[in-house]
Amino acid sequence: MARVAIRGYSYCLSHTPELALHYGNTPYMERVSHGETEYLKKLARSMQSFDEACSYAPNQAFIGGIDLDTLAGQPAPMYQNRLEGASRFGRFGEIMPENEFLGLIDICDVFDIIWLEGSFAADVSRELEKHPLMNGKLMSRLEKGHDSSEIEKETEEHGALPLLCQGRVVGCCRKGHDFDESLSAHVLLENIASKAGSVLALLHLLKTTGLSPTDIDYVIECSEEAAGDMNQRGGGNFAKAVAEIAGCANASGFDVRSFCAGPVNAVIAGATQVASGARPNVVVLAGGAIPKLFMNSRDHVRKGIPPLEDCLGSFAVLLDADDGTCPVMRLDALGKHSVGAGASPQAITSALVYEPLQKIGLSFGDVDKFAAELQIPEITVPAGAGDVPAANFKMIAALAVMKGELKKEEMASFVESKGIPGFAHTQGHIPSGVPFIGHACEAIKAARYKRVMIIGKGSLFLARLTNLSDGASFLIEPSSGRSGEARGVTPEEVRGILLEALEDLSKELTG
Amino acid sequence: MGKLAGKKVLLLGERDGVAAPAMEESLKGCGADIVFSVTECFV
Repeated sequence: MARVAIRGYSYCLSHTPELALHYGNTPYMERVSHGETEYLKKLARSMQSFDEACSYAPNQAFIGGIDLDTLAGQPAPMYQNRLEGASRFGRFGEIMPENEFLGLIDICDVFDIIWLEGSFAADVSRELEKHPLMNGKLMSRLEKGHDSSEIEKETEEHGALPLLCQGRVVGCCRKGHDFDESLSAHVLLENIASKAGSVLALLHLLKTTGLSPTDIDYVIECSEEAAGDMNQRGGGNFAKAVAEIAGCANASGFDVRSFCAGPVNAVIAGATQVASGARPNVVVLAGGAIPKLFMNSRDHVRKGIPPLEDCLGSFAVLLDADDGTCPVMRLDALGKHSVGAGASPQAITSALVYEPLQKIGLSFGDVDKFAAELQIPEITVPAGAGDVPAANFKMIAALAVMKGELKKEEMASFVESKGIPGFAHTQGHIPSGVPFIGHACEAIKAARYKRVMIIGKGSLFLARLTNLSDGASFLIEPSSGRSGEARGVTPEEVRGILLEALEDLSKELTG
Repeated sequence: MGKLAGKKVLLLGERDGVAAPAMEESLKGCGADIVFSVTECFV
């Protein structure tokens, strides 16, 4: 049975309130439709500072600054009970401030799309010089900058989008073509920002794993952006573009898309390449989505809470051969939401949770933690979307009751013990299961968990191609302590083999 | 036929709740006229 090691992981946030205010889809559409309304004025006044973003407990949980038990113990609302002495750096990554992120966007720009104003570029250069992951090669890509008049002319006469930081214009994002909407400044800004987030996560992954960029063999990118031109709107390829900036000269790559189910599908795609021997290692990564910033801010402003959706998320996971030292993904129990599975919550949960467990002879109780959608409830509850992680855990518990594996009165304790608190921003693909991989692997290494399930679900219907949704899942377990195929058979595998044999026998007997 | 027989019905589904196709399925045969059905995602 194939297993693949999860060798490393990184998680980063980029605190970008000005990108959110101007190019997050909700405020952007409000401005286009109604001008500078009271909502937008209030939004601008109520944005979180960088220090506030760093001291928000769910953000610290995302970058590995605190563990999930600490997060669960934080008094609510956490935006009024902030952590003291929080650092921008955590075990898994960092929270990058907006000025540095704009500099990183420029570093990631290979077509002179991004222009920075000269004094801002100089300031950012000084800041990034101090960053532990920036090297001479990356810093040499940061431009010297342009005069303010050039930026003004580009935005007023040539369709460039102004880039702001702390209320002032510090640069612009230029369009890539006079007529091609796929290369408009808006699309390019989203794409380059997503690319920059991926680069940041990859740099952190290389640091935490101790690998050289040239050690990376393959990269799979799984954001929700589309890179292309008018003739091939989503042609790709983010993965290779990210690998190039990070110096991964021996890597190639491709992109995987499936809305929020993209990351779990991408991890499975990467793992199967490693397991087959096709690739010695694969990095799965994604940057964030500018349009989703401040998505629910209308409700946040109306209810007088801080607009918390001010961070772009990004992550990277390194997969390679199981050598007995790292937690492993099992490839014999992958959850799949097939075309004919049905759209009800029961059908989806059955396909993604029950069926893969049943296939290897396990029950709900054999999994220590389930991680489905992990959005921060303080973001979604005020907007009417409810506590999404809790809703998913309740569905899993309800299915366990229906399957006779749990008593109805045990549902609440099941949700409590098997669920985890939401700690990811509403960045679409980012919250979908994968933020838990880092915390889960740490707990597995510490022998606190013996098995977790990562679940991704995607809203395919938003693209108006199908009414279907998508989903995928996989299990993470401790390594056997021995490598790959040479290891022994676990009791669970014996149960699985016996069940399979009994099923075959039953089919034969019943004709 | 149920109490929705002859009624025009708008279905707004939610990705992490109940999707519109699932509601459509459950309303089959009740005589309701489903004039609009969509699933949205708010996260």
